[in-house]
Amino acid sequence: MKIGVVIFPGSNCDHDTYYVAKEVFGQECVFLWHRDRTLPEVDLVILPGGFSYGDYLRCGAIAKFSAIMDRIRQFAAGGGLVLGICNGFQILQEAGLLPGVMLRNRGLKFICDFVHIRVERNDLPATLGCRQRQVLRLPIAHNEGSFYADPELLARIESNRQVLFRYCDGQGNVSDEANPNGSLHNIAGVANEAGNVFALMPHPERASEMALGSDDGKYLFQSLAQWAENRISASAQ
Amino acid sequence: MPTTEILKQHNLSAEEYGRIVSVLGREPNLTELGIFSVMWSEHCSYKSSRAHLKRLPTRGPQVIQGPGENAGVVDLGNGLAVAFKIESHNHPSFIEPYQGAATGVGGIIRDIFTMGARPIALMNSLHFGIPFAGDRGPKPETRDGKPDARLSSNQMILEGVVAGIAGYGNCIGIPTVGGQVVFHSCYDSNPLVNVFCLGTATKDGIFYGRATGPDNPVIYVGARTGRDGIHGATMASAEFGEDSKEKRPTVQVGDPFLEKLLLEACLEAMQSGAVLGIQDMGAAGLTCSTCEMGSRAGTGIEIDLALVPQREPGMSPYDIMLSESQERMLLVAEKGREHAVLDIFRKWDLEAVVIGKVTSDGMLTVRDQGAIVAHIPNHSLTEEAPVYTRPTREPEHIRAARPLAESEIPQPLDYNSLVLDFISQPNLCSRRWIFRQYDHMVRTNTCLLPGHDAAVIRVKEAETLALAMSLDGNPHYCHLNPRQGALLAVAEGCRNLACVGATPVAATNCLNFASPENPEVMWQFVETIEGMKQGCEYFGTPITGGNVSFYNETAGRGVYPSPVVGMVGTLDRRQMVSAGLKDPGDILILLGETRAELGASEYSRFVLGQDRGPAPAIDLAAEKALHDLLRVLAAQRLLKSAHDCSDGGLLLTLLEKTLLSQDLGCHVTLQTELRPDVFLFSESQSRAVISCEKNSLELALSLCRRMDVPGRPIGEVVPHALRLSAAGKLLIDMKIAAVRAAWCSALEDAFRA
Repeated sequence: MKIGVVIFPGSNCDHDTYYVAKEVFGQECVFLWHRDRTLPEVDLVILPGGFSYGDYLRCGAIAKFSAIMDRIRQFAAGGGLVLGICNGFQILQEAGLLPGVMLRNRGLKFICDFVHIRVERNDLPATLGCRQRQVLRLPIAHNEGSFYADPELLARIESNRQVLFRYCDGQGNVSDEANPNGSLHNIAGVANEAGNVFALMPHPERASEMALGSDDGKYLFQSLAQWAENRISASAQ
Repeated sequence: MPTTEILKQHNLSAEEYGRIVSVLGREPNLTELGIFSVMWSEHCSYKSSRAHLKRLPTRGPQVIQGPGENAGVVDLGNGLAVAFKIESHNHPSFIEPYQGAATGVGGIIRDIFTMGARPIALMNSLHFGIPFAGDRGPKPETRDGKPDARLSSNQMILEGVVAGIAGYGNCIGIPTVGGQVVFHSCYDSNPLVNVFCLGTATKDGIFYGRATGPDNPVIYVGARTGRDGIHGATMASAEFGEDSKEKRPTVQVGDPFLEKLLLEACLEAMQSGAVLGIQDMGAAGLTCSTCEMGSRAGTGIEIDLALVPQREPGMSPYDIMLSESQERMLLVAEKGREHAVLDIFRKWDLEAVVIGKVTSDGMLTVRDQGAIVAHIPNHSLTEEAPVYTRPTREPEHIRAARPLAESEIPQPLDYNSLVLDFISQPNLCSRRWIFRQYDHMVRTNTCLLPGHDAAVIRVKEAETLALAMSLDGNPHYCHLNPRQGALLAVAEGCRNLACVGATPVAATNCLNFASPENPEVMWQFVETIEGMKQGCEYFGTPITGGNVSFYNETAGRGVYPSPVVGMVGTLDRRQMVSAGLKDPGDILILLGETRAELGASEYSRFVLGQDRGPAPAIDLAAEKALHDLLRVLAAQRLLKSAHDCSDGGLLLTLLEKTLLSQDLGCHVTLQTELRPDVFLFSESQSRAVISCEKNSLELALSLCRRMDVPGRPIGEVVPHALRLSAAGKLLIDMKIAAVRAAWCSALEDAFRA
């Protein structure tokens, strides 16, 4: 598949994401500059982690106005796949492509640590290679990752089955102790209603090689590659 | 002649002023006086330390660039090089902990990418006053018997410093992968914040801070110049009194996002081939970068301040030259190609302007709207700064020291409760609460998480190469015997690297001391250099750069001599060894000789509440043999884990090996002539505990014999429990979960309250 990784000036996981997609999973990969007004032919756009424009305001609040975001909105509206990781998640929320907002972590501190998340749906492009309820071990690294939505929206997210991942313990139990940042309903990742735009706070690109302590991130990247392949073979028939 | 008041404000002596007049052949104007005062400050000129620093080994076949540039550079082979350095930001971090620490990180990162290297790892060595009283340990002294406000002050400083480091490093996207945190009451009001950065470069892509080629344009890049940080370097060159908080305006405010842009743009500009020289504006800002770049190249620099981007109107030449506004760089580009450089900065939304040119007259010529406002020979500001050989005197506490006798330490009655109390001590408890706030995984190179003997990061550009690095220093040893303490810091750095399977290649140092005008402090400094020299020569690890921080002193109370050694080494990442126990049934082997050495130990301080010596002895040949053995064992894949014995002795090593595992414990039986507590808490050097599979035990032991390292099996890895007996008596029998809870919560609880 062909992946475009967006570079905002303050992105700092852009090269990590590119490296994993290209070197570890052998996918074709290009960088997209935040001022670009055109989008090349790609199957998937990834908004990587980092601090898009410094994020001294609300995370992603400036990024949503960047030129590339207009193209990404169009791309998503046409059914294109968009994955947000960490800051990319926050940007997609600010841009209105994903529901909810991120509050500061409940401990009011940045947290960098491995956590467990449970796969809530394995029928979407990002998770089709996962088992239902599979537990993944991935690191988080954020200061504003406490997922919040008002009760009405939260109920809608749940009833639409938009929750993709929840924080859990190593056995897959979703509990308050296993919730690192105070996210409502332990939400670690969501999708839009159509299922083509999705994001998670943990960093799959940081856990895709055993040399770094976990390769559970491969389930996401391989799922996406699988999905793209399925689509190509489907359209060929 | 300016008034004594003006000289005092500039921290210049009458004698130094006389020197300025003779250098210029006239009286300086106020701008020139300001320029001399920052360049001749202790912070920039190293006037008290220079004569002694010359004694350190700085060369070796691996060294591409030694001290004198923005950072040292070492050859890694295969066309790769590594740039690294450690620097202090102690004074600003006391005045304003968050920004002081944050801008320290920003400064050291600029030092690295200035060399053409992409920064890939940060570490820090932090020294604070005691933030919480352990259950049994030494209580911080109280004044007039009143409850001590220093605990909360120390906590506030620690919390601010850690947040500042996190705020800057996390945003710019360079992982903070390790370091050390030391607590002692001598750091009340004198915190030490030393930050280390390492970057990789191609060997033919290294840049220097040199203004070469007359007529080439001098380009100013980055943040606008404001009135912040004026006289920061001078502030850092004096002790603090009770009024230190009034110095807050001398601390700068950091903008990590801007520095991220600067980092990417500078590296891109360097790739363009149009950049000839580059230096960051750190301490002493525009002054330091201009005269140092000119001085190194033997050229002059002429700039017009009217062209310098300014944050506010009405700034005087004095303000502009002395401002320490952050996130600024000075570049010299090839004449005619400056637009290629300016375009790259524009792409990254950065301001970049030509503010002058290189000249051939060796002078720093500063103009304001064309009129000359300062005219000083570059060399006089750098190479010709005063050098002092200050008087030294052996401190009274060392001359009169009475060695610690074993009989002064009562034997413990209940080891189980002792373990819980000991592991909750500020200096021994888990640093997780701190390093969880640092992004230590960004850039996807971190092979060992913080908390190990050394940090290990892979180098993506090379197939099997990884870099190991550690920061070490034990001020308790240095207080009692500075020469020995410095030597042991070098040895420990090399040992930490050996434990992960690495070979040290070079080092950097940060030398934190009280006032050099105190002969006892100066004596400690000279002794420290001697010990460091001996260690670095023995282990073949030249010092490629670093930093001296004097005047760490508030209201007459100074810090212990606190040298910090940053050791950098290489390894084949397939042979990396971690510290935690791996599998039940594995055998634990203690390497090295344990002697009755409780002097200066963490345990003696825990029991007695004071520092009593002597510091442990060291046999350098035995130390080196241990390192060689560890690397051979790693290369033969015999090591399932390795962890050295240092602060807290063998017991702490064993505890940490269990705590760094997935809920494994061990059964250990000690056979010793020594008192069991002495054996467990002695800080004898040149020791490590390794684990290996049962069926490779004989091979491991035969390698020990062949390489002349005492090695004996002391126990076995088991699930969940720690059991330790000596002389047929069971001393420790506890669940690891209980130890882990005490270890993990100690620091966290202090900040929850």
